[in-house]
Amino acid sequence: MVPELGQVALVLALILAVVQSVAPLWGSYTGNRVLMSLAKPAVTGQLVFAAVAFGALTYAFVTHDFSVAFVAGHSNSELPMFYRFGAVWGGHEGSLLLWILVLAIWSVLVAVFSRQMPERFVARVLGVLGVVAVGFLSFTLFTSNPFDRLIPAPVDGQDLNPILQDPALMFHPPLLYIGYVGFAVAFAFAIAALLEGRIDAAWARWTRPWTTAAWLFLTLGISLGSWWAYYELGWGGWWFWDPVENASFLPWLVGTALIHSLAVTEKRGLFKSWTLLLAISAFSLSLLGTFLVRSGILVSVHAFAADPSRGMYILAFMGIVVTVALALYAWRAPSMASDAGFKPLSRETFLLANNILLVIATLLILLGTLYPLFMDALNLGKISVGPPYFDLAFMIPMFPLMLLIGIGLHTMWRQTPSTPVWRKLRIPALAALVIGIPMPLFFYGTAGALTVLGSILAFWVMITAVIDLLPRVGPARLTRSHIGMCVAHFGLGVLILGVTFVSSYDLEVDRAGIPGQPVDLAGYEFTLLGTRGVQGPNFDAIEAEIEVSRDGEFVTTLYPQKRVYRVQRDPITQTAIGGGWRRELLVSMGEPLGDGAWSLRIQYKPLVRYIWLGTIFMALGGVIAISDRRYRLARRRETEPATTGSAPAAAGGQG
Amino acid sequence: MTPTRKRRLVMVTALVAGVGLATTLALRAFQENMLYFYSPTEFVELGVPAERTIRVGGLVADGSVRRAPGSMTIEFLVTDHAYTVPVSYTGVLPDLFREGQGVVARGRIGDNGVFVAENLMAKHDENYMPPEVAQALHAGKMRAIERAQQGFPAETESNNGAAVADDSGHAGSSYSGGY
Amino acid sequence: MWRYLAAPALFIVLLGFFLVGLFRDPTLVPSPLINQPAPQFELPQLLDPERTLALSDLATGEPVLLNVWATWCVGCRQEHGMLVDISRSGEIPIFGLNWKDDRTAALRWLERLGDPYVAVAVDDDGRVAIDWGVYGSPETFLLDGQGIIRYKHIGPIDQAVWEREFRPRIAQLRQGDS
Repeated sequence: MVPELGQVALVLALILAVVQSVAPLWGSYTGNRVLMSLAKPAVTGQLVFAAVAFGALTYAFVTHDFSVAFVAGHSNSELPMFYRFGAVWGGHEGSLLLWILVLAIWSVLVAVFSRQMPERFVARVLGVLGVVAVGFLSFTLFTSNPFDRLIPAPVDGQDLNPILQDPALMFHPPLLYIGYVGFAVAFAFAIAALLEGRIDAAWARWTRPWTTAAWLFLTLGISLGSWWAYYELGWGGWWFWDPVENASFLPWLVGTALIHSLAVTEKRGLFKSWTLLLAISAFSLSLLGTFLVRSGILVSVHAFAADPSRGMYILAFMGIVVTVALALYAWRAPSMASDAGFKPLSRETFLLANNILLVIATLLILLGTLYPLFMDALNLGKISVGPPYFDLAFMIPMFPLMLLIGIGLHTMWRQTPSTPVWRKLRIPALAALVIGIPMPLFFYGTAGALTVLGSILAFWVMITAVIDLLPRVGPARLTRSHIGMCVAHFGLGVLILGVTFVSSYDLEVDRAGIPGQPVDLAGYEFTLLGTRGVQGPNFDAIEAEIEVSRDGEFVTTLYPQKRVYRVQRDPITQTAIGGGWRRELLVSMGEPLGDGAWSLRIQYKPLVRYIWLGTIFMALGGVIAISDRRYRLARRRETEPATTGSAPAAAGGQG
Repeated sequence: MTPTRKRRLVMVTALVAGVGLATTLALRAFQENMLYFYSPTEFVELGVPAERTIRVGGLVADGSVRRAPGSMTIEFLVTDHAYTVPVSYTGVLPDLFREGQGVVARGRIGDNGVFVAENLMAKHDENYMPPEVAQALHAGKMRAIERAQQGFPAETESNNGAAVADDSGHAGSSYSGGY
Repeated sequence: MWRYLAAPALFIVLLGFFLVGLFRDPTLVPSPLINQPAPQFELPQLLDPERTLALSDLATGEPVLLNVWATWCVGCRQEHGMLVDISRSGEIPIFGLNWKDDRTAALRWLERLGDPYVAVAVDDDGRVAIDWGVYGSPETFLLDGQGIIRYKHIGPIDQAVWEREFRPRIAQLRQGDS
């Protein structure tokens, strides 16, 4: 009964989404205020029904209703309660339902926080969001219905894929989707602006907090996914340049560029058509990511079951939405081009460089990700592009970007600064050199040129970000958005520090672990003491006890496991991690070699934690920036028609 | 030329040079990191370059996995039902590696015709296998049928041992002449 | 103006590649076994392990279906009701290949859900399934009376699939015979 309720709710949500897309868009052309005013009730109703559908599926999981095919395929009577909630998005159909719920939440938030925007503009934004909702709701209902029944019901379910039974992975998809879908809001703002044929500082100020919010969730989502891959997949890598990872990273890169170009559009009224293109691209890349992952068109270690009809549907939807958006852009954007120039060493120049470099990085990664597809489509053989390409292709634009970040932070809008920026940055530059060069040499003995360069740039970015918060160095009056920016940039520096050191100095061996005989790695001795059987709630495992010591002194004991989940029977390696801010030590079990010996993979990862710490700072920076009073003030002041350009700089100071 | 224009020219030149250099570097890295996928049939019939890292995929042949006691090195055969390729690998095996299942090995061909894998990828899902492997198996099946029609004995699981010797010899000769 | 068209143009080219890529999906490639004699096998039967089922039992002079199934496969459960209906209607005999499954679970399944099969062969280690080019379940093969594979369907059979893919082919085979 409850699943049917969910099913009906989904159909009603679809009907409301159709109303939400057609009525306000039509009304905005004919000037029909009644039609436009339908948008808000429709979007609220859509959220209610999406929530009911989501609740119904959750209920089916919690109560073990195996007559629902999706539940039977992704749960089991032994599955612990916590994972039953997460299992809702542990497969294709449920993930789509989450997508829909998240989109409805974003849409309602836009409706709620847009009271002061012009009526017609809001109607158009909600209309565009409605079109996206129609696409995903009908996709779910027609190709991937999570409420399909199995009659008669199976006795028990097949269980959730064991590698997904992990706390981090419970939160990874929701965060990622909140980010992906959040870019739909920026997209809708861009399309509405193109329909209006007008874009101004007020538009940029409305769009900024939404974009930043989407970006910070995507940042956390990607980061959590990377952490999960690091400890759960047992390979010890934190980034694999896997197509599925790239699918989430590409919108992040463009979203980052968008945040920066929006700043220029708000403060200076420049880069207008460019900003619109970025807003369209960020969401298009989110859709592309969904397509690549859900159609199984690219080979990936995250093999999701491929279904051509689903692939066809998303492709058609993406094709229509993106082609219409880009055509609209090609038609309307030329008349919005901003022709005002700017001075060479002004902040605008540096933000332009930021955008160019981020877009280069995006294109190079996109090329590497899609190239296998091109080759295959042209019958030129099956290839894949190795991680070293991505490493290099990403590093090339990143090194200059890191250098320019530090300078750009200390430049001014419109003008070349009166005191040369070099004079202001002499001390930070010196500090970065003094700390950055010796650090790798002192702690790790040797260092390559790239390591030293990475180390210097990491400290350079951190230091220049922090000093901008100091009185007399930074701006006279600190706004929250300025503090947020500095925190996010500091986080970037922390991230680079982690990446540089872990890529330069990590060590890994695959060795036979013989009881009592230590294995050496990076000055640590790993001794297998023995193995024993243990039982989890829904799995059996063999657990090894491994003592780690350094120079004869006890460091820690690690307990890696080889698990066999009772339902799916596939062995799963559970890596044990000895944590620490200076390094992490990882041990995973391979296979028994006889006589109590096991093959072991032992890894040493210096400063690896700083990677995720950095992303937390970046997201925190986003939170601080959104909380800036300017965005709320602006909303109240924007009741009169927006005038171009002059208001924003003052807005922060008037609170 | 005014100083502003001059400066702008310098900036544009620097930008173009920088982008050009970056593109060159990236394209070179691209060339070097393109990993071709070979099915066992392609591996044997077309031959593989000795100096390049490639990927080979198919099913791990039943009963073919061998490991010396206490050793970290295993040897096994990858098959697409038409041909088999002997593979050796040292290290910890992926969780889902087992006989009769799909596998993709990345590595190079060794001197003795054995493919030395530096990395193994086993499929992640019970019901489906990597598309490349599935296609390799389809093509392999087709080839096996053709070969049977040409009078070659169909290669079955039971004569694996003989087939390996046969095929690796074949591979050796065809790739030494092939590139 | 032209530079504004670059983005849509680039995207449309990409779309073209995706479209081609989708149709290179291996599940859409026709099986190389189509119109080939089916691979030989001889396996113990599920209901009576003492007896065996062989390819020769399928070549009865009449078209038959061979359905690959397992109790751990959700798609198989979805199509099972349809198979039972087909077998009741007597349209065509259905043989089963129980793939990498647990014997007791398989027997219980047939008892609970009904047994649409004339006979079920047990492919414990999946070796026969490999010969038949099976790489997922459910899969259903249509064989003509001489044991030649005429069609293969990947994924569950529902009413639509049955009407569209199987019925016309079976009718054609029967016509060809007469």
